[in-house]
Amino acid sequence: MHPVKPELSDPTALAAALGDAGYLADIGLATAAYLGMKMHRPIFLEGDAGVGKTSLAQALADVTGTRLIRLQCYEGIDATQALYDWDFPRQVLHLRAAEAVGVTGTDAGRALEESLYDRRFLISRPILQALEEPGAVLLIDEIDRADDEFEAFLLEVLADNAVTIPEIGTIRAESPPLVVLTSNRTREVHDALKRRCLYHWVAHPEFEREVEILRRRLPEASEQLITEVATAVRRMREADLLKPPGVAESIDWTHALHLLGARTLDRERAAATLGAVLKYQEDSVRIRDTVLAELAG
Amino acid sequence: MAAQLGSLSLVERDDPGASIIEVMVGFARTLRHAGVPASQERLQAMIAALAHLDVTLAADAYWAGRVTLCSDPEDLERYDMAFALYFGAQRATEGRRIPPPSVARAAPFEPAGGDPHDERTSEQPKFAAQASRHELLRHKDVSALNPAERAQLKRLFALLAPRVSARRSHRYRSASRGRVDLAQSVRRLLRAGGEPSQLARRRRRTKPRRLVLLMDVSGSMTPYAEALLRFAHAATRAAPARTESFTLGTRLTRVTRELRLRDPDRALAAAARAVPDWSGGTRLGDTLKAFSDRWGQRGLARGAVVVLCSDGWERGDPTELGEQVRRLARLAHAVVWVNPHKGKDGFAPATGGMVAALPHIDSLVAGHSFAALEELVQVIADA
Ligand SMILES: Nc1ncnc2c1ncn2[C@@H]1O[C@H](COP(=O)(O)OP(=O)(O)OP(=O)(O)O)[C@@H](O)[C@H]1O
Ligand SMILES: [Mg+2]
Repeated sequence: MHPVKPELSDPTALAAALGDAGYLADIGLATAAYLGMKMHRPIFLEGDAGVGKTSLAQALADVTGTRLIRLQCYEGIDATQALYDWDFPRQVLHLRAAEAVGVTGTDAGRALEESLYDRRFLISRPILQALEEPGAVLLIDEIDRADDEFEAFLLEVLADNAVTIPEIGTIRAESPPLVVLTSNRTREVHDALKRRCLYHWVAHPEFEREVEILRRRLPEASEQLITEVATAVRRMREADLLKPPGVAESIDWTHALHLLGARTLDRERAAATLGAVLKYQEDSVRIRDTVLAELAG
Repeated sequence: MAAQLGSLSLVERDDPGASIIEVMVGFARTLRHAGVPASQERLQAMIAALAHLDVTLAADAYWAGRVTLCSDPEDLERYDMAFALYFGAQRATEGRRIPPPSVARAAPFEPAGGDPHDERTSEQPKFAAQASRHELLRHKDVSALNPAERAQLKRLFALLAPRVSARRSHRYRSASRGRVDLAQSVRRLLRAGGEPSQLARRRRRTKPRRLVLLMDVSGSMTPYAEALLRFAHAATRAAPARTESFTLGTRLTRVTRELRLRDPDRALAAAARAVPDWSGGTRLGDTLKAFSDRWGQRGLARGAVVVLCSDGWERGDPTELGEQVRRLARLAHAVVWVNPHKGKDGFAPATGGMVAALPHIDSLVAGHSFAALEELVQVIADA
């Protein structure tokens, strides 16, 4: 945690603060995030797997000294998992207890019913939590996995920064959360939602930045190994693979190689650890014949 | 530099930020014509974003525009291309997988330029000056351009994406949902020996309209011919199967095939070779008749958006021209007349040909400058 909130006066300052929190953002991503904070608009991040979409949200929470509240989307997700639900078992217990002491009469009955929908029986799910926690960072991860209806629902909540619970009333955020939405583009997200957001395509980091990320994450790995891995990974990304490796994969690969005692990237150890960086057999075959074939043996 | 900017004089304002915002709004408009749906709402967001940044820096302007106006990886390519052309600045591509189009790498307006990230260090008026030079160029009459300006403008045409929006055809196709097709249902019922079977349903089919461009290449139109052909090339590139182009002079020439060449300069050269009557006289009425007889009537113009580019100077009989435009209007969905002189002060459609044609056309637009051609993109889309 960062107790002292740095003065985030412009995108460059934010990039520096993110860097202190271990996240190396380029100026584009830093500007998108900066504008998201200033304009109170959700940031919509798209990009290949493992380019650092999810971890940006964590880094933003660290930088602003608030909590990250995460909502992982999946097919069929609905408001009861995203917003709130009633704690049914506890409501039943409450009812039993009331019956045991013998509540009778219509007025008492009505009062009992009302007490069933008391705030203490309400379970806040991530979105409600984020609305109630001033300045929180709300990560709505992989929105492309949810259905259209959920998108529409989300759109409403984001537009008002408030939710209405029929039994309780409207709960409005005092200071709205910083919302980060991510998508892996398995499905086209509706334009109505995107329009409310600041859109940023998260690209793979350029060479220098990737080397720096690897250095930070694996200070024990040799410098030469790191630059050689970054070079090889960059070439893999240009090879039009089924799944181009992200930063996550280059970290894993460097780590695996380091554990095998590698101080440079040689063909034999690269081949042995290729599973850490490529996830499809077809991709591995292609890379073995091209990128790996050119490595020193 | 200031003298050169003349009436626009954006950089001379007290507040360079205000002028950049103005220019960014113009840029967003260009982007929209280039096929990036930079709506009014997004434009508002861009202006709001600029308020939080240092608008005199190219990098800040670039990102403020990009995160608010784009919403899809496909937009980014066009955005980068437009930004490079518009502001003479490029962004490092930062390992994006989609390589930027080669146009973006072409020399920008100014040989300086480079990466906007670096511009934090350079003096700020340069960015503003390039932007305002661009605005000036966009509005300049293309007949008055010097060769250097013409070369600069040439690249902007790569951004235009004129297309007709999809129409709702009156034909229906079978579908599992949609309106019940009674006739088809009854047929099925009879075939099944009177047993009720599935209801046949039908849906309206959306079929894009064709765009037909008829360009006068006679002597009086020569200064505009190149720009119009470049426009036609951009339209052909946007919808190759649904764009038809013809030149009109003393005779009619179809240049559709020539304009399908991808490279604009090669396409224009090929079209120029195909046209035997460059800069000659005009017999508009006759050539329009030839078009309708040979092509229009047979279906090419039916339901199409027809764009006729001409100054209306008619050597022949104006009443014949009027009659032919009327005939065309009956075949087509819409007839748009592009007259470069409309952009000039004191224009009234006084030429005999224009007067005769006026009652039959749907809209009359200018087309003398790049900005006017951008408007034409909109008119075509809305037709
Ligand atoms: N710019 C960066 N600075 C520091 N670490 C990074 C950066 N980008 C990615 N990483 C690291 O790479 C790993 C993958 O990042 P993350 O999970 O955020 O990617 P993602 O884009 O959300 O991927 P997915 O689409 O698979 O969910 C994490 O360990 C993260 O710390
Ligand atoms: Mg993720």
